[in-house]
Amino acid sequence: MLRERQLSNSSNRSAKMQMLAASAPLRASRRNFLKAGVAAGGGLLLSCALPGLAKAAAMGPTEGTSAVLNAFVRIAPDNVVTIMAKNPEIGQGVKTMLPMLIAEELDVDWAQVRTEQALLNPTLYGRQHAGGSTSTPQNWDPLRRIGAAGRQMLVTAAARRWNVPESECETASGQVRHTPTGRTVSYGTLASDAATLPVPDLKKVRLKDPKDYKIIGHSIPGVDSSKVVRGEPLFGIDTVAPGMLYAVFQKCPVFGGKVVGANLDAIKSLPGVHHAFVVEGTTNLNGLMPGVAIVADSWWRADKARRRLDVKWDEGATGQQSSAGFERQAAELGAKAPAQVLRNDGDVAAALKSAAHMIEAAYSYPFIAHGALEPMNCTAKVQDGRAEIWAPTQNPEPGRALVAKTLGIDEKDIVVHMTRVGGGFGRRLANDYMVEAAWIAKVAGVPVKLVWNRADDIQHDIYRPGGWHFLKGGLDGNGRLVAWQQHFVSFSRNGKFAPSADLSADTFPAGRVANLSYGASLIPLGVPTGPLRAPGDNALAFVFQSFIDEMAHEAGKDPLQFQIDLLGRDEMLPGKGAGFNTARARGVLEKVREVSGWGQRKLPSRTGQGVAVYYSHLGYFAEIVEAAVAENGAVKINQVWAVGDIGSQIINPTAAVNMTQGAILDGFAEALHQQITIENGRVVQANFDTFPLLRMSQAAPIEVHFLKTDNSPTGLGEPPLPAAIPALCNAIFAATGKRIRTLPIDTAVLKA
Amino acid sequence: MPDDIPIPTDTPYRWGEWQTGSIMQYKLHVNGRDHTVDVDDDTPLLWVLRDEIELKGTKFGCGAGLCGACTVHIDGAPVRSCTTPISNIGSAAVTTIEGIGDTPIGARLQKAWLDVDVVQCGYCQGGQIMSAAALLTRNHAPSDDDIDSAMNGNICRCGTYARIRQAIKQAARTDLGSAATKKRT
Repeated sequence: MLRERQLSNSSNRSAKMQMLAASAPLRASRRNFLKAGVAAGGGLLLSCALPGLAKAAAMGPTEGTSAVLNAFVRIAPDNVVTIMAKNPEIGQGVKTMLPMLIAEELDVDWAQVRTEQALLNPTLYGRQHAGGSTSTPQNWDPLRRIGAAGRQMLVTAAARRWNVPESECETASGQVRHTPTGRTVSYGTLASDAATLPVPDLKKVRLKDPKDYKIIGHSIPGVDSSKVVRGEPLFGIDTVAPGMLYAVFQKCPVFGGKVVGANLDAIKSLPGVHHAFVVEGTTNLNGLMPGVAIVADSWWRADKARRRLDVKWDEGATGQQSSAGFERQAAELGAKAPAQVLRNDGDVAAALKSAAHMIEAAYSYPFIAHGALEPMNCTAKVQDGRAEIWAPTQNPEPGRALVAKTLGIDEKDIVVHMTRVGGGFGRRLANDYMVEAAWIAKVAGVPVKLVWNRADDIQHDIYRPGGWHFLKGGLDGNGRLVAWQQHFVSFSRNGKFAPSADLSADTFPAGRVANLSYGASLIPLGVPTGPLRAPGDNALAFVFQSFIDEMAHEAGKDPLQFQIDLLGRDEMLPGKGAGFNTARARGVLEKVREVSGWGQRKLPSRTGQGVAVYYSHLGYFAEIVEAAVAENGAVKINQVWAVGDIGSQIINPTAAVNMTQGAILDGFAEALHQQITIENGRVVQANFDTFPLLRMSQAAPIEVHFLKTDNSPTGLGEPPLPAAIPALCNAIFAATGKRIRTLPIDTAVLKA
Repeated sequence: MPDDIPIPTDTPYRWGEWQTGSIMQYKLHVNGRDHTVDVDDDTPLLWVLRDEIELKGTKFGCGAGLCGACTVHIDGAPVRSCTTPISNIGSAAVTTIEGIGDTPIGARLQKAWLDVDVVQCGYCQGGQIMSAAALLTRNHAPSDDDIDSAMNGNICRCGTYARIRQAIKQAARTDLGSAATKKRT
């Protein structure tokens, strides 16, 4: 559907048809809302997990020649099963993985299955987003039940057709079979009957024994990959809305700056330019910020016109902020007592005083950008109080709300198409580009495709915040960690921790060190911050796991054994989700010790191994990095071993290994190269020359293992990343004796 | 960059004083078909392919020849189309990701990419395959170092490099296999 829409030519008729096609599922949902009473009993239990489930299960009965079994499943007479993918596909593989869950319990062959991206419709599909590695934990149970309910309805339809008891029927490969007689009938034949049946109680549907899985746990290639390798249009930036023009949007280089005036008449006279106007905007750093829009008949002409743009800005207070200034403030604050206490166990001051060994260290890391390869973009059509939006977003629901509020349109009059996304990494949880496109389309009165250039993308990101940690640690005479004092200097917005700049009081080793204090002091910040893949953890793991490694070396103990000893007895400590399970952390550490041959081989000079473990977004990873440091300080990562515990099932093994390797390389890129510098309230870096991403020659081999444990399956986008950074830094220490306490790694200090 | 392997950004097509920025008519030969476009003479080939000829497979990533997402072949040589003005193409043959599957090497690479399940987000992969096709055209059995050199200009933000390498090697081996078969017959 998306492809047809993208390739269609620009006639008004086809535009109208598209709007009709786009709104059809919404009408169906309202009809369904009435019908959902049938399933209300069954939906109650699951309503906390997936609010729209009862409605989703009760959709029907037909669309075209296909029978609509529920909001997720259509079955055609030729037995082709179309399964809706509810969440945005950002490369994490959910457009394949979530339909796998339904297909498994529906009991069809994967070869019969086609997947289709759902429109934004949380009433039917529940929360539709790609963030926090939550697609698996939020959908593992509900979507299997949706599939099982569909299977149950098909069995009932077959039993009625044959006039036999349902207990004599079984299913396999999209067929119902009457066991005593051997008769079979395809789902495609049964589907229109099944779609009229009441929806079974979702909490009572029978789920398969995992040992019978034919799809879950088997490697399924990405459903869009054949289109990707042929270059077919899939991504947001590939969208063509009939009659659309192309837009660029120049915002103030200083965050929050306002437009005083611009040479709009001169811009409007340039070739191909149709519109140029000031957008007054709002003060929401994640919303519509002030700027100047240029709309032209080609993107190149719009971007070229921007080079002639002369804007007088009111830069505002953020113009005084800089990375160098933050550094000075952090040093001053770090020398004082924390402004706020986050946690205080025992008597840290006394314990440090009486410790047999004490280490003091200051750690810091910079702001970083996301650098998704597909620049921020969005296509929007706004007409007669209605909007249609094609958005490469991770978070379409708040995006629609933002557009509704900013443009004064009712949310129900906004259709959002979730396109494939050329990288999210948390950047596209914000929807600034979405509201910009909608606003520009509204003012220009034509559909527009807004595309940011790379400088826009790097200089108007929602950054991973920098931070400073001032630490003291104490060991007793037996080399056990008895004191830990940590003063975190971070950033604030509106008096509270800035987004993704906080520190949980539960962060390990809290609960395992008798005398422990976490405190914080905050620097007010005008630069927008927010989640970057494994938010918080991508920075905190570096600090905590490096300092634990320091303590291990100070104690003269094996760093991996020191980590296991620190975890202590098996129990749940307070933490994210159900808490931090020390047994699972120990499990991955023991496994990575085994698979890597930790400490078993003699390594060459200036080569070392480092270990780290981290609990992030409900997953546990232990990683060992082997790195060699050249005489000139250059770091080469020879080999990585990673062991993850993300529960009882690896739903799609090929994708799981790919994702793990990618997340670890992402961590290395952050550790080795990445830094955003603020000067005069604006970002210095503008492209991949100054904000480098990892390249082929730097990609180390990564061996991935999964430890299957009796825990509900969880996601994988984020958990492997955090440990990669300290494991690398700890390997560098083992190779050189030089402790990395500041990111990105300065190879100059590693020279022999 | 911490290592010594350069990022190949070389393109024989540079901007010069001769681009006026004004509209001109160009005849282009893309994937075996002729197209006539009216665009400013400084328009990069990338935007002509994407927005005039409606071939969306060539991607915009950086606009500066730094990421390789826009890689196409001009007379068989890999070129960053985001820094190649239309006025410099002349009568050269342009091949894009949409057309590379018509060549034996391109088809083998596309198959290997699927067999190995390389793709995560997929945004860079068209450019990766174009660079890989240029590599295998001149080097039928590339070493790891050859792969590093040829592919270092193509960023994969998702980090699928191990599988890209594996897919290139698989496509190269397929080539050796078919060459051997040919010799025997």
